Amino acid sequence: MGKTIAEKIFDAHHVDTPSGDIHVIKLDAVFCHEITTPVAINDLVSRGKDRVFDAGKIKAVIDHVTPAKDSKTAEQGKLIREWTRRQNIKDFFDIGRNGVCHALFPEKGFVRPGYTVIMGDSHTCTHGAFGAFAAGVGTTDLEVGILKGVCAFHYPQTIKITVTGELQKGVYAKDVILSIIGKLGVNGATNKVIEFTGPVVDRMNMEERMTLCNMAVEAGGTSGICYPDMITVEYLWDFIKGDYPSKEDALKDFKKWQSDSDAVYDEEITHDVSGLKPLTTVGYKPDQLKSIEDMGNTKVDQVYIGSCTNGRIEDLRAAAEVLKGKKISDDVRGVLSPATPGVYKQALKEGLIDIFMEAGFCVTNPTCGACLGMSNGVLASGEVCASTTNRNFNGRMGKGGMIHLMSPACAAATALTGYITSEDKIQ
Amino acid sequence: MKNFNGEILFLDRADINTDEIIPAKYLTEITKEALKPYLLEDLKLETFDPKKDIEGKKAILTKQNFGCGSSREHAPWALEMNDINVVIAVNFARIFKQNMFNNGMLAVELDEKTIQDLFNTFQGKKTDLITKFEKGIFIFESEDQRMEVPFTITDFDRSLITAGGWVEYADLHY
Repeated sequence: MGKTIAEKIFDAHHVDTPSGDIHVIKLDAVFCHEITTPVAINDLVSRGKDRVFDAGKIKAVIDHVTPAKDSKTAEQGKLIREWTRRQNIKDFFDIGRNGVCHALFPEKGFVRPGYTVIMGDSHTCTHGAFGAFAAGVGTTDLEVGILKGVCAFHYPQTIKITVTGELQKGVYAKDVILSIIGKLGVNGATNKVIEFTGPVVDRMNMEERMTLCNMAVEAGGTSGICYPDMITVEYLWDFIKGDYPSKEDALKDFKKWQSDSDAVYDEEITHDVSGLKPLTTVGYKPDQLKSIEDMGNTKVDQVYIGSCTNGRIEDLRAAAEVLKGKKISDDVRGVLSPATPGVYKQALKEGLIDIFMEAGFCVTNPTCGACLGMSNGVLASGEVCASTTNRNFNGRMGKGGMIHLMSPACAAATALTGYITSEDKIQ
Repeated sequence: MKNFNGEILFLDRADINTDEIIPAKYLTEITKEALKPYLLEDLKLETFDPKKDIEGKKAILTKQNFGCGSSREHAPWALEMNDINVVIAVNFARIFKQNMFNNGMLAVELDEKTIQDLFNTFQGKKTDLITKFEKGIFIFESEDQRMEVPFTITDFDRSLITAGGWVEYADLHY
């Protein structure tokens, strides 16, 4: 009987089977940010176990609230900063070098095919785009990961989604994942890995694959996962060229992380996206969707472009293409947060930041802040935001606010008109 | 072991998410104690007022997909700080459920029909939960009704409860 990619990764990292289908697996990377890590650090200190399993496998960043907005967030930053120094964690990204974790760590080449990755952050599933098993965990799992380099999971069951057809112009990876969440429902993939495959995924670049995998958790999924291929090799080449004589050799090695043709799935779905139109969410759950063309005159107060879902260079390019030479509506506040310093610098080089600023956008530093209503773009009660983020929960971006999730291009179009608009309506 | 007995809070809705359990603006707290006043602050339910209805409750009965959304362990901690150590639902989001057991707290799934029966029988009445952990039995008790419901959790989750949590377990085994 064949195996899925997730099963192969689990088998290669097996440490223990304490009971039933629970597998304790060895971790290749433990990622940390300043919101969920400090309590783990304090607990380790209070237990007299202030140590780490492998300083080289721990990567840390301050990204949720940066620069610190008040004394409490300053304390959180201080705690993780001092811990990384104390534990000799070299890969720590503080202000000036910091960015949204799930955009920054891939950029640094920290995730490889076949890896196991945890972080105290639900969108850790993003890193499955590299053919890794990557799962969000709570602070206690993170703490044990830091201390012991292991984590316990149910042996993975997988939903295979084969994405077929041709995406129409103006339809993006964001629309694809929203439509998949709509199909599965918000708990349709709970305790399962979602494998994204098929010709549409094969054609996607790494950034689009990250957008897909990023929102696996919005259907309850433990990890999203894509098969590594030459696109993965190209993305990682600068970091792996010392390990392989050629890209073809790297590809050959990466190919071991692929599901067998006779692998057993929990569910197999073919998802044809040829007729897919630009989507947005309505209500407070990411599986409540409407075509943007059916939204009527839905006025917005703020447009937010950024986050671990859609704050990468391709996203900024798509939005800037719509905004070029135009001004956003007087009734809209436009906020752009390039997800990493690398994205920011590249956008500057390409003149994209000029386009955003000429259009009337405020450009903030890289941070997660607005997405979860912590800083840099919090909504007031009754306000509506068109957002490229991943969650439209009630109160998520500010108490009493309403969020409509959409692609960067549609967010840009919406900023221009002041009401929810698809890209094709902009001349 | 923590306390798994006492009065039940009924939350009659599916998909109650972690932002509703504890809003992100309180994630800047670095002690669990500080979360206590904010539990379920943003949950909008017709018959629920967080200021009045949490006090004295020791257990939650709810519907599908409780704890979906963020990985924040602040959600179980906010429950724990209010002395609510057991949540019974049709099912849970994975991370929330694991976080509960990792803290030595109980997250138990009962089938949809049983949950609906419990809502029908007890919602609106002062109802106590009595947990026979070793036997795997819940007893629901109001002034005029009593129901005994068996439950199962995995051996691993059971060992986390008896060990006092995942840190203690992992430290012993790995």
